[in-house]
Amino acid sequence: MNARSTGDKRSMPQGMSRYLDSIRYAWHVIFRPFDGFWDLVHERRGTLAAAHTFLFLFLLTRILKLMFTNFQFIDVPLQYINIYEQCFSLLIPFLILCLSNWCLSTLFDGKGHFRDIYMAMCYALVPYILIQLPMILVSNMISFDEAAYYSVMISISILWSGYLVFVGLLEIHDYTPLKTLIFIGATIFGAMVILFLILVFFSLLSDALAFFISLYREIAFRLY
Amino acid sequence: MKTIIRLISLLLLLALPCAALAAKDGYHTSYTYNYDYWGDIRESPDAYKVNQVLYSSTLGLETPMRRPQSLFVRGNMLYVCDTGNNRILEIAREGDVFTLVRIIDSVSGTTPSTFNSPSDVAVDEEGCLYVCDTQNNRVIKMDAQLNFIREYTKPDDSTFDQNLSFLPRRLAVDSSGRVFVLATNVNKGIIKYDTDGSFTGFTGANPVSVSMWDYVWKMFFTTKAQRAQQESFVPTEYENICIDKEGFLFATNTNFEEYDLLVDGAKPIRRLNSIGNDILIKNDHYAPVGDLQWVEQSIDKGPSKFKDITVFDNGVYVAFDRTRGRLFGYDPQGIMLWAFGNKDNSAGSFLAPVSLEHMGQDLLALDENGASITVFSVTQYGSLIYEALDQYLTGQYDESADTWSEVLRFNANYSPAYVGMGRAMMRQENYGEAMDYFKMAFDRENYGRAYRYFRKELVEDNIVILAVGVAALLIVPLILGGVKGMKREVEEHERKKHRR
Repeated sequence: MNARSTGDKRSMPQGMSRYLDSIRYAWHVIFRPFDGFWDLVHERRGTLAAAHTFLFLFLLTRILKLMFTNFQFIDVPLQYINIYEQCFSLLIPFLILCLSNWCLSTLFDGKGHFRDIYMAMCYALVPYILIQLPMILVSNMISFDEAAYYSVMISISILWSGYLVFVGLLEIHDYTPLKTLIFIGATIFGAMVILFLILVFFSLLSDALAFFISLYREIAFRLY
Repeated sequence: MKTIIRLISLLLLLALPCAALAAKDGYHTSYTYNYDYWGDIRESPDAYKVNQVLYSSTLGLETPMRRPQSLFVRGNMLYVCDTGNNRILEIAREGDVFTLVRIIDSVSGTTPSTFNSPSDVAVDEEGCLYVCDTQNNRVIKMDAQLNFIREYTKPDDSTFDQNLSFLPRRLAVDSSGRVFVLATNVNKGIIKYDTDGSFTGFTGANPVSVSMWDYVWKMFFTTKAQRAQQESFVPTEYENICIDKEGFLFATNTNFEEYDLLVDGAKPIRRLNSIGNDILIKNDHYAPVGDLQWVEQSIDKGPSKFKDITVFDNGVYVAFDRTRGRLFGYDPQGIMLWAFGNKDNSAGSFLAPVSLEHMGQDLLALDENGASITVFSVTQYGSLIYEALDQYLTGQYDESADTWSEVLRFNANYSPAYVGMGRAMMRQENYGEAMDYFKMAFDRENYGRAYRYFRKELVEDNIVILAVGVAALLIVPLILGGVKGMKREVEEHERKKHRR
């Protein structure tokens, strides 16, 4: 096994093999999160490319789930579903939460960089992908009475991912568990503040634009 | 520059869903409609059309009807409770002709012999009339020749608050002659009288529901004076009652909060058994509550409030909504069959809906302000639906599938028909097709049932292939592992040779 993988490395460009290694490393992270997240950041075992891949797969899983899960287990008005809307409604909160966590943890001596936080959060999504993707297939093979199996697996995937988020933040910031919990709460609050600022910014921007447009119209009207 | 173009295209990308949302308003309705699985309105062909509208003039009445309150149908006889004129009209129907038989305004053998604001009327199988003589504080039973038989008065019982005056409002009589009365200001439920006229108690009281939040608010955040002004937690009164063919009471309830409707806490339609429990079957995705959506800015906003209800012999029930003047038909499983009606002056619309009865499959609706009775007769589409329901109930599954497919030719959006087709297919053990039909109607339970049979058949038919497949999955890796192991041994042996 060992001999073969080194053989692969020799025949592949170095970046590619590092990327594949970091993808494979997710397996270690999800089963041994304490060790895994530490090494992910401090031993540079993870790559941003792998993190992007996991985030993409997460979005893909989400959309495939909406499209192909059997209707017995999920209520999707497909006629109203918009893929962009679905993607952005996951992506934007995800990024804002990462940003808010970074803002707060830098202020309160967290060790993680934004890159580390983003990477850890993406790796934490792996159980969601690994469980929910096959469950799409399974949902088409079981009947309504067996819904319990389906919902248990879905719950496990979400709880597991949630646990990984917790451990990931704990490891990369080098916080105590209690401090991590407090910071998760603060992160959610911070995300709301960021959203509020964005809304205020855009509403002021549109007001300012409207002012200049009406100013222009007024001048144009006077001059002609 | 490049970044700006990128930004703009990103914004355009974001704007796409908005354009899709703006195209739909969702509130445009035709006269007859139904709700689909998503709670959206689907126009449908008319299940009923207006046969005729009876006014005081068409009936040849000298004094026109004034604020009539109630209708009753027995056989081909129609009784109208003309409350404002203190009289009951007896009207006979032959074909499509309605003729006034007699005007009942007095009863012999009791004092006072006239009525005072009678608000409801019922007739039993022997032809005895029961009248809710509201302002005279009594319910009168008289024979067909208008001779006084018995009266039902204020219950002489400690469970009835003796300070209240007895104002009977609605009544229903079952086949054995027991009388059920709704009275104003009585919130203990429906007043029951035995065949001999004695009071036997209350039934089906609305349970008092107090939410935690209400309780906390009342206890800790209001002063004593405020509390005295607020209404206290009391059960609500029913709006109307009627008796179905099996002897169960159907009751409608109009006092509820809108949020209760969403969690099926309001139960605007109830079917009460002899001990007063609600046994209405609700097998649809939505409980029978009337309209699921309305325009908040309109005058006629708010949930449907059922003023009256009538039950067909086959168990189909129709409720009459006073909010938007609509009739809602439900099958015995609680699945909405159709809804139609409006609030305006045209035929087939109402100003103040107040009472509903059925004559065979025809519906008779009484309008209080217009003082008119609208007679609806069933269309081909409507009668096909009833036919298919009856065929299924009597076990003619193949025939019911044929009828449902006829219905689908009229209305391809009709999910009860898909469920009906699916059930018929399942009876014929055609599980694959049954699944397709159930899927179209989003019927999960039935789909799951059909799928289990389908899967069972699939596994039984392909048991050999499955067994071989599983075996292959288990054995092939074993063989591969063995081959690998052998190779490695050979290689090591070779290496050792070289080393030597």
